[in-house]
Amino acid sequence: MRFMMMVIPKGYEAAAPDTVPDAKAVAKMMEYNRSLQKAGVLLALDGLLPPSTGARVAYTDGKATVTDGPFAEAKEVIGGYWIIQVRSREEAIEWARRAPMSNHEMIEVRQIFEMGDFPADVQEAAEGFNDLKNAAADKA
Amino acid sequence: MSDIHKTIEAVWKIESTRLIAGIARVTRDIGIAEELAQDALVAALEQWPEEGIPEKPAAWLMTAAKRRALDYLRRGHMLEIKHGEIARDLEFQQQRLGEAMDQALDQMIDDDVLRLIFTACHPVLAVEGRVALTLRVACGLTTAEIARAFLVPEKTLGQRIFRAKKTLSEAHVPFETPRGDELRKRVESVLSVVYLIFNEGYTATSGEEWMRAELCNEALRLGRMLAELLSSDFLVSEVHGLLALMELQASRTAARRGPSGEAVLLSEQDRSLWDYAQIERGMAALHRAQQLGGGARPYALQAAIAACHARANTLAETDWERIVLLYDALLQVGPSPIAALNRAVAVGMAPGPAYGPAAGLQALDALASEPALTNYHLFPSVRADLLVKLGRYGEAREELQRAIAMTDNVREHELLSRRLEQAMSVDE
Repeated sequence: MRFMMMVIPKGYEAAAPDTVPDAKAVAKMMEYNRSLQKAGVLLALDGLLPPSTGARVAYTDGKATVTDGPFAEAKEVIGGYWIIQVRSREEAIEWARRAPMSNHEMIEVRQIFEMGDFPADVQEAAEGFNDLKNAAADKA
Repeated sequence: MSDIHKTIEAVWKIESTRLIAGIARVTRDIGIAEELAQDALVAALEQWPEEGIPEKPAAWLMTAAKRRALDYLRRGHMLEIKHGEIARDLEFQQQRLGEAMDQALDQMIDDDVLRLIFTACHPVLAVEGRVALTLRVACGLTTAEIARAFLVPEKTLGQRIFRAKKTLSEAHVPFETPRGDELRKRVESVLSVVYLIFNEGYTATSGEEWMRAELCNEALRLGRMLAELLSSDFLVSEVHGLLALMELQASRTAARRGPSGEAVLLSEQDRSLWDYAQIERGMAALHRAQQLGGGARPYALQAAIAACHARANTLAETDWERIVLLYDALLQVGPSPIAALNRAVAVGMAPGPAYGPAAGLQALDALASEPALTNYHLFPSVRADLLVKLGRYGEAREELQRAIAMTDNVREHELLSRRLEQAMSVDE
């Protein structure tokens, strides 16, 4: 089963657009990333720029409204993620416990849907989704 | 199982390989190392529910296991002076386990994990022993889990592991990473074990065989571990070749079975069910293999063939000509009747004057005397397909009947019978 571990860094909701992680923290994180890799569980990982560089698109009655970041109402925002392949929810949590996080930071652990988890009708409806991914892979 | 037991199990699954490897450095015997690691697990199962999960569970287990390893050595199971020295070294090490030492140990344990895998896949063992022992010590699976995956009684599997450990011990197989030419040969042995584990899972047929299908993930995990642990580019390229092959094959898992569990051939698969994230991982691994100079090695070539299929949105879009060339390259590395058979299929599919069903049939018939293919149901099955395309339905029916007589597999039977029915309904 695959899990996404989402990093919720402290204060990232208000971080300046040019915020970059400091070298020491990155070095520690790399060590942790290596341990995931050496255990053969790491499938993907990425870090995200602060929300002040992002935008939110909200939908009301079929109308989309765009708000540029930072978002005043946001308290917890994602700063990056790992996707890991493990054998149980507990194993994913154990990996999250090992991450080198600072005081009051958080990692949210969420399982990723596999196609096989869906009932047949949802799988059928999702066919187009895979075609999209297919087209994206073609372009890559 | 209570939550705390589930957590302990998860910690074990994560840590057991490094734990066993680290202890084997001291005991030089992976059977004993595994037992001592198990003892540490038992201690955790006794203490953690009362005292709570330690802050650093891995370090806790390692300390507990090393204490047991020291006791074991002191108890005089190994009285030779050299082991006395190892025990003193270890005490010295333990006294100085500072932060810096921890890091050095980490690197050391990486090497130990590699030694562990090489030892578990040692050629002195029967292949099934290698597979079982690898899953046990390098993947942290329990005997019960492995037994379930291989559809054998737990007792049988337990004996298999016991025998493998005994053989290693009696043959005095050293706990080491081989060097020079030997290394290359032994990596091949390791990779073949990994691929065997993968294929065991890949042939699993239905949802209730969940543990069996999980073997694919175990094999992929082992492959990723090896890609990190091996240092020479050439060997790493081999591993990436195998990883690419496994990822690309596994990407089709959801499409390989129909609603009632029947086999669906590649040509019939609903390609929208393929896992394109996995295909991308496979493509990336193949690219790595090629970059590191291993593109012409057997696993990478097979992966490149799988990549041709993965790239095609439909059967007709498949670059069959390229597949023929890749099979040619594969057959140059080493003879393989199955690869030759698949090559004939590709020849039959490819466009152009040199290819097509007639050329495919010719390529296939050149293999008729291959002993490995004489009783292989796919030979008449492929032949039937080519004959149908040539409009020779009478002969095709005969071939399908031959194929049906050759297979015991229920799903294959169904598939062939369906094709026979279709061939029956056509007039020549």
